[in-house]
Amino acid sequence: MHRVEVRLKSHLPDARGLGLVKDIDDLDITTVSTVRVVDIYWLDADLPDDELDLICRELLADPVTQEYQCSTPSFGGAVDQQSHTIEITYNAGVTDPIEGSIIKAIRDLGISGVRAVKTAKRYLLQGHPDENQVDVICSRLLVNPIIQHVVRSEQFGFPENPQYQFSLNQVEILELDSAGLLPLRRQFGFTDDELEAIRAYFRQQGRNPVDVELETLAQTWSEHCVHKTFKGKISFGGTTINNLLKSTIMKATEELNKPWCLSVFEDNAGVIDFDGRWALCFKVETHNHPSAVEPYGGAATGIGGVVRDPLGTGLGAKPILNTDVFCFAPPDLPYEKLPRGVLHPRRIFKGVRAGVADYGNRLGIPTLNGAILFDERYLANPLVFCGTLGLMPKDLSRRGQQSPGDLVVVVGGRTGRDGIHGVTFASEQLTGESSAVSYSSVQIGNPIVEKKLIDVLLQARDRGLYRRITDCGGGGLSSAIGEMAEATGVRVDLDKVPLKYAGLSYSEIWVSESQERMVLAVPPDCIEALLNLCASEDVEAAVIGEFTNDRRLRLSYNGNLVGDLSMEFLHRGRPQVKREATWQQRQYTEPDFGSPPDLGEALLAILGSWNVCSKEWVIRQYDHEVQGGSVLKPLVGRNNDGPGDAAIIRPVLDSERGVIVANGINPKYGEIDPYWMAASAIDEALRQIVAVGGNLHRVALLDNFCWGNTDRPDMLGALVRAAQACYDMAIVYQTPFISGKDSLYNEFQTDGETISIPHTLLISAVGVMDDVNRAVSMDFKAVGDPVYIVGTTRNELGGSEYFRANGFIGNSVPRVNPQRARELMNKLSMATERGLVRACHDCSEGGIGVAAAEMAFAGGLGTTIHLKAVPLGEPIERDDYILFSESNSRFLVEVAPENKDEFEQIMGGTSLAVIGQVTDAEMLEVYGVAGRKIIAKSLGELKESWQRPLRW
Amino acid sequence: MGRVRTLILRAPGTNCDAETMFAFQQAGAEAALVHVNQLIRREERLADYQVMVVPGGFTYGDDIAAGKVLANELRLKLGEDITRFVEDGKLILGICNGFQALVKAGFLPELKDASPRLTLTNNDSGKFECRWVYLGVHKPSPCVFTRGIDRLYLPVAHGEGKLVVLSGALTESNIALFYTDEQGDISAGYPHNPSGSAGNVAGICDSSGRVFALMPHPERHIRGTQHPQWTRLGARQYGDGFQIFRNAVEWAKNL
Repeated sequence: MHRVEVRLKSHLPDARGLGLVKDIDDLDITTVSTVRVVDIYWLDADLPDDELDLICRELLADPVTQEYQCSTPSFGGAVDQQSHTIEITYNAGVTDPIEGSIIKAIRDLGISGVRAVKTAKRYLLQGHPDENQVDVICSRLLVNPIIQHVVRSEQFGFPENPQYQFSLNQVEILELDSAGLLPLRRQFGFTDDELEAIRAYFRQQGRNPVDVELETLAQTWSEHCVHKTFKGKISFGGTTINNLLKSTIMKATEELNKPWCLSVFEDNAGVIDFDGRWALCFKVETHNHPSAVEPYGGAATGIGGVVRDPLGTGLGAKPILNTDVFCFAPPDLPYEKLPRGVLHPRRIFKGVRAGVADYGNRLGIPTLNGAILFDERYLANPLVFCGTLGLMPKDLSRRGQQSPGDLVVVVGGRTGRDGIHGVTFASEQLTGESSAVSYSSVQIGNPIVEKKLIDVLLQARDRGLYRRITDCGGGGLSSAIGEMAEATGVRVDLDKVPLKYAGLSYSEIWVSESQERMVLAVPPDCIEALLNLCASEDVEAAVIGEFTNDRRLRLSYNGNLVGDLSMEFLHRGRPQVKREATWQQRQYTEPDFGSPPDLGEALLAILGSWNVCSKEWVIRQYDHEVQGGSVLKPLVGRNNDGPGDAAIIRPVLDSERGVIVANGINPKYGEIDPYWMAASAIDEALRQIVAVGGNLHRVALLDNFCWGNTDRPDMLGALVRAAQACYDMAIVYQTPFISGKDSLYNEFQTDGETISIPHTLLISAVGVMDDVNRAVSMDFKAVGDPVYIVGTTRNELGGSEYFRANGFIGNSVPRVNPQRARELMNKLSMATERGLVRACHDCSEGGIGVAAAEMAFAGGLGTTIHLKAVPLGEPIERDDYILFSESNSRFLVEVAPENKDEFEQIMGGTSLAVIGQVTDAEMLEVYGVAGRKIIAKSLGELKESWQRPLRW
Repeated sequence: MGRVRTLILRAPGTNCDAETMFAFQQAGAEAALVHVNQLIRREERLADYQVMVVPGGFTYGDDIAAGKVLANELRLKLGEDITRFVEDGKLILGICNGFQALVKAGFLPELKDASPRLTLTNNDSGKFECRWVYLGVHKPSPCVFTRGIDRLYLPVAHGEGKLVVLSGALTESNIALFYTDEQGDISAGYPHNPSGSAGNVAGICDSSGRVFALMPHPERHIRGTQHPQWTRLGARQYGDGFQIFRNAVEWAKNL
């Protein structure tokens, strides 16, 4: 065994250490002056000195910037008296992706005999932190006990994996009474009805089930996989809804019946036609629970998972764009308010950001769109939405179908004990103990394994080497193969699955959620070519079974039959869930404060709120240029730092057609009425598409519901109302839903109190743009241009940022009139298509006030706004209400003076008025209804308020 | 005289290969994506090409250090082929991760350097950053790729782009590109120099001018609508980076 330490030469600044000092500072610990980080490598080998030295010199240490040593004493310790050292490594069973690269690279040096590699990090804290402070630094910044621990170097060893001894594990259920079944209920997450159905099935078979059969049923019937609440029977307000999904969201798609919808709600992602030759597929997933427990790994595998959805749609799409939406508790939450077992929101935020960036950047997929929202109730249940857009030839966009005799091939990463029971974990409540019990549900992803997988699969697709493809996600092989084989049947040899380490039982192999794996159905005459292709790019592939024609799922391990279920029972045997739902609108206190005579400070406060402030710190750390297709970037304007409304890319580089991706999310409106929350989210997503120059002709929507415990009738009632709004809006806007996902049971119990997340619906929209040269950005562009408002302003501040800043929720939630909104958006699209719009920004959080300020400082040009010119839908006397109302379907539009007439002519019949002008004063000036100046703020001050909060 | 053949090298984790190939095709070259294993296994011959590109990405995850594992692979398994390729008067371009790999393999600043005297390491900010930068061409450099260009506006996207140079490792002619501010000042600091790179150097070449590598991505600005402010300034037909590819193809036509 060898231990190698590598560190920067002492005269060079340690960027990693500097970042850590800043984080330590944020904990109000001022006794640490500098931190230096030492990389530790443990090599399980017995190497002669010259070989070890070669590895250090030519691989592990950079000769220009670093120094190394491979003997004691360690760097720090006896050498630097002033420093406190902490050494941290991954827990046994957590696979560090670096280890594989190091072993490969050592082999490239011509050295064999290194059996394994482990890495650790040693932090040298210089200064005088006391023991207590070191503990705080460890627990809040450095160590996540789920995956890491502090090591004393002399104790280090490579753990040996126990060998697995096969024994068939049958589970007694036939003779148990209901009390006896309780532990099973808990272990597998079955309902009483489900257990009864299972018992009836096995009675018929005349035997008890094997553990792996119960695992298969638990995975296949989980909320995560089948959405049993959405598909259940819900009694609501005297009526019965049989399958909420089919009677709202899918119904809209069916009735709209758009010819450009190529594959909806049947595959891993929804697919639409792009240009007759290419198709786009889009999917958004959540990875909430893993991200709560281990933010970095949880979020990274969230990206990894959703990227495999387009890859597993049709015959496989190339991932071309990522979108990420996060909901966290406010990062300035006092540590005293943190429940036991919950990570601080700042740490979750930073970890999630890093996980998404590290994985997405490494895959070479641009992250172009997203949002970040804050609310205290996301404290224990942060939401991490990851979406991926894919591109594929249109004629390969339908799901494939295997033939009996086709081989089952697993491709990509090896299978380990990762994420065992992740699906049932995802569908359960979190408790203070979750962090301790759920360690096996979290893993560190390996993006390069996934990148290699994408690279070979797209080649295999183009060569026609497989008939069907699907991803291994929640439920692992069990869900992937179980679903694929529904119409045929399958036989799987679990001992043929390549493993990361020995010691896995047949059942663990079957349900493991190890990342970076895909499953293919390969005709026997293509198998050699497929295996050769995979080998040529160092991608592992293994034949693990064969599709049959007996409609049975048969699992064996080393020749022993360990599972035998009928597909009929597996996929149709689940009893439908029955639920009660109620809904009643809550009444909140109406605000009683007067309108302040000067609204400048109020505007600064909203611009500087967590929800509205600049997210540049996050956006810059994502690669949004890779693949070379960007047309409208997430940051726009004079200094490339204004908040763009939606992103546009050119997915086919030699074509002028574009794709627009946008999102809408308004959880704060859901407190008042989830119906209008959903309607507002749809309107917001569509506004953004129109604002950047798109139109509604070919826009498809995705829904992602994140909800509390829908076993509670009021929670379920809220879900029903939101789903009904999805139907009502989609029909009028003529924007079908093509895919969606839900994550329920997002609640947390602490000290006898249950904290539910706010009802959260994310609407993601994808639109096709005929000509990217018509794109419009939101920054003001020319002095003297008139500024229009399009749309009607109402007294709609319920759930607004302005009310929140003043401590109120209110009741007047923004509503949507979809008929009028559609007409208005269509006309505005016509105007941008004719090149009449110089800048356009939608009004959302903070209303006209925030939209005008953002357009001004993004363009580096001032503006004067007159509120008395704003068209109102009802009398509003208060300047603050007009300025900060969040009424939907509104835009601020800059038009060149010479285009005014034509613009007004096209917009005829809509609510429209000139409310101001672009100026060269570098000021935002707003005049109230009475003509009095109510805001005069410099662009510098406005922008600084907006940028300061997240300048980390 | 046939068409210029360009080899775009792929390795596990390469991710800017498709757009780099597109840029070369637009500039009139034939371009092929070739996996590093194909060269090592002799299924493809480097000698059949006139231009080799090591594009951007995170080869082998950038594990240990950015580009390091690929650098060793190139040096140990393809070193002779690459040396011959350069001696034959052909062109090598490294972009971002390609720059990191070429430097760490010891192919830059000079192919025959005895010991490595420069490297690319973590940005001073400690962060991966994606942002647009202004670049000035160092006129005394013999660089074939930057001929006739004065200034460029290109995006960077990297976490390990800081050039660290031991004294005397770079000659005047090795310096090909500087980070500048909007006015062209080559002494501007962060964020104009996004990494804290020594001497504000953004790209270097060997003394022949035919081996060139840079941290910014010219392939991400070959047409007007890739410019971050084209909706303000109007879109030109070509982006600033396009001339680099045209220069390479023009030169290689004579090989």
